[in-house]
Amino acid sequence: MEAPLMHLALVGTPNSGKTSLFNALTGSRQKVANYPGVTVERKEGSFVTPSGRQLSLVDLPGTYSLRGRSPDEEITRDIVLGRTPGEALPDLVLCVADSTNLRLTIRLLLELKRTGRPLMLVLNMFDIATRRGVTVDVPLLSETLGIPVVTSIAVRKGGTAELLRRTDEILAAKAPQPVQPNLWQPLTVAQLRATQREADRIIAASISLPTRPDTWTARIDAVVLHPVAGLAILALILFVMFQAVFAWATPLMELLATTFGALGDLVQDTLPAGLVQSFLQNGVISGVGSVLVFLPQIVIIFLFILLLEDFGYMARAAFLMDRIMGGAGLHGRAFIPLLSSFACAIPGIMATRVIDNRRDRLTTILIAPLMTCSARIPVYTLIISAFIPAQQVWGLVNLQGLVMFGLYVAGIASALGVSSLIKFFMWRDYTPAPFMLELPDYKMPRPRSIAIGVYTRARMFLQRAGTTIFSMMVLIWFLASFPQPPDGATGPAINYSLAAMIGKALEPLLAPLGFNWQIAVALIPGMAAREVAVAALGTVYAIEGGKEAAEQIGAVLATKWSLATALSLLAWFIFAPQCASTLAVIRRETGSWTWMWVTFGYMFALAYAASFATYNIAMALGAG
Amino acid sequence: MTDPIDTRPNLPLGLAECGFSGVIQHLAAGDAGSALSADELECRLIELGFVEGARVTVLHEGIVGRDPIAVRVENVTIAVRRREAMAIIVA
Repeated sequence: MEAPLMHLALVGTPNSGKTSLFNALTGSRQKVANYPGVTVERKEGSFVTPSGRQLSLVDLPGTYSLRGRSPDEEITRDIVLGRTPGEALPDLVLCVADSTNLRLTIRLLLELKRTGRPLMLVLNMFDIATRRGVTVDVPLLSETLGIPVVTSIAVRKGGTAELLRRTDEILAAKAPQPVQPNLWQPLTVAQLRATQREADRIIAASISLPTRPDTWTARIDAVVLHPVAGLAILALILFVMFQAVFAWATPLMELLATTFGALGDLVQDTLPAGLVQSFLQNGVISGVGSVLVFLPQIVIIFLFILLLEDFGYMARAAFLMDRIMGGAGLHGRAFIPLLSSFACAIPGIMATRVIDNRRDRLTTILIAPLMTCSARIPVYTLIISAFIPAQQVWGLVNLQGLVMFGLYVAGIASALGVSSLIKFFMWRDYTPAPFMLELPDYKMPRPRSIAIGVYTRARMFLQRAGTTIFSMMVLIWFLASFPQPPDGATGPAINYSLAAMIGKALEPLLAPLGFNWQIAVALIPGMAAREVAVAALGTVYAIEGGKEAAEQIGAVLATKWSLATALSLLAWFIFAPQCASTLAVIRRETGSWTWMWVTFGYMFALAYAASFATYNIAMALGAG
Repeated sequence: MTDPIDTRPNLPLGLAECGFSGVIQHLAAGDAGSALSADELECRLIELGFVEGARVTVLHEGIVGRDPIAVRVENVTIAVRRREAMAIIVA
């Protein structure tokens, strides 16, 4: 007989190493979804203990207490208390602590004890604590707290062996134990203070303070948090990040492009000419292929973000940017959501949940789509490589990389500008919410954890490419192929299609921006996801110009567009009304259609104005 | 090191210079002028380890208005704005 599935929950303060422990226990057997009704990420995984017990593990959002002052923290509280419908009451709660820093976790643990749930304290990162000279009297700590305590080193192979063994023991012995009642009530200030005092007493009795403080963190911070050097380093990191996105990804991207080109040729050679061949080659392969090609860049940008996060730099960046962003009406904590928006506005907007003041959060949500998301990279890359010469500037900087950097800067500058306007016009009477953030000690990034993180995000991107984008590509192919040209027609077939009709209908509106009808056709599906615009251009020009065009979209564009048009399109995409999924997330996160339309409207206006200005200035300078 | 509690006047942490080290005397969340209510601010400060008797050291400060500050509280580093740090009375 199979034992029933047991449920475990991971609870801990932010920076306790909860996620690396979760990764160590579950590996890639993770499912990421949302809790119903709220946009809090639900991470669940499964693993098997040495005795063969099948366990499900949920990684609850990090919190310092059970007060539940943000939607994330409410999820943690409600699951631990068994108040969430559809979620199992955990059979065992694992409270994860950074062993070098137990003060805040022991306080949380004392609060958790009142819930009556079976509890175990996991002293994670125990190796680092030992190295610093921290000694923990584990049996005494366990006795004082009245719960099992284990040590673990999530990042080392076998470092969770003791945790697994004890989990087995507890779950095996659990059945006969009487169920403890839930005595938890929200703590008053006095109770909170008393709990922290008690935690400090317990720590004094069973844990020695580090004899070797973390000199590395102090040394690094002396430079990294220096008012001037720190900002220079931050700018350098961002610059290297965007150069890397451009330079490192190129060989892989070329490989992918060649592969898809070969696949297209194979289809052309093996299938008879006709609709099926056209559908497979021009719709499916060149469409999905031209999106998949950007996977290396997305992987690189997430690699950087996850490395910086794991290293402990993200909180420092928020510290450095707090007042600078404060000048633009933004909260220091907005830095992380905004930086995540460089990868994709959707996780960025969802990450605004770390900002607990509604107005600060709303401002951040409104400007997050102005950050250059990775979906714009395909468009930027395509146009830049077609129109901007790859020459070296000042001996070491690539001009193409420099233009790319400029586009990012334009996005950031406009975001700060819009935020200032929001602050000035809408919320003049409002004092900013407090910025309070733990600056964790630096830690060597854990390759396995990073790999799992990058893998999860790459998989999400591929799923999008496989579903939304694929269906959009089929639709575009359909629009571009039907109706078929009449017999004896001259000129490319696409000129007779539905797509051309739509594009031509929009052309007068977009002509002042220097956009032709092919661009208009591409911008419509670009609403589904920005990167689709590239695939759409590929399809439009491939169907128009035959197989060679699909392989060389960039070269074709260089012959068909003026430089002014290309620059105008770049300007358009800095502000481009964002993809349908972003709009859907804004609607969900703000709980209002109004804010979604406000975002759409202001971005459309900015995009139109910027393109109009760019096109006309470029024409005046002779770039037509 | 001899503790300067008896000899040094009380000071809100929000006015402390970079490099200042002292011990928390009490929290005065009502006087800080924070956007948060006094109770909420006090709860958050306690949750981050700012309780009476804890040793604090101001390690770093930002470039604009020397704000925010990075404060070592026992063995944790917390970034906080000077406005909220006004609620932490140290000596």
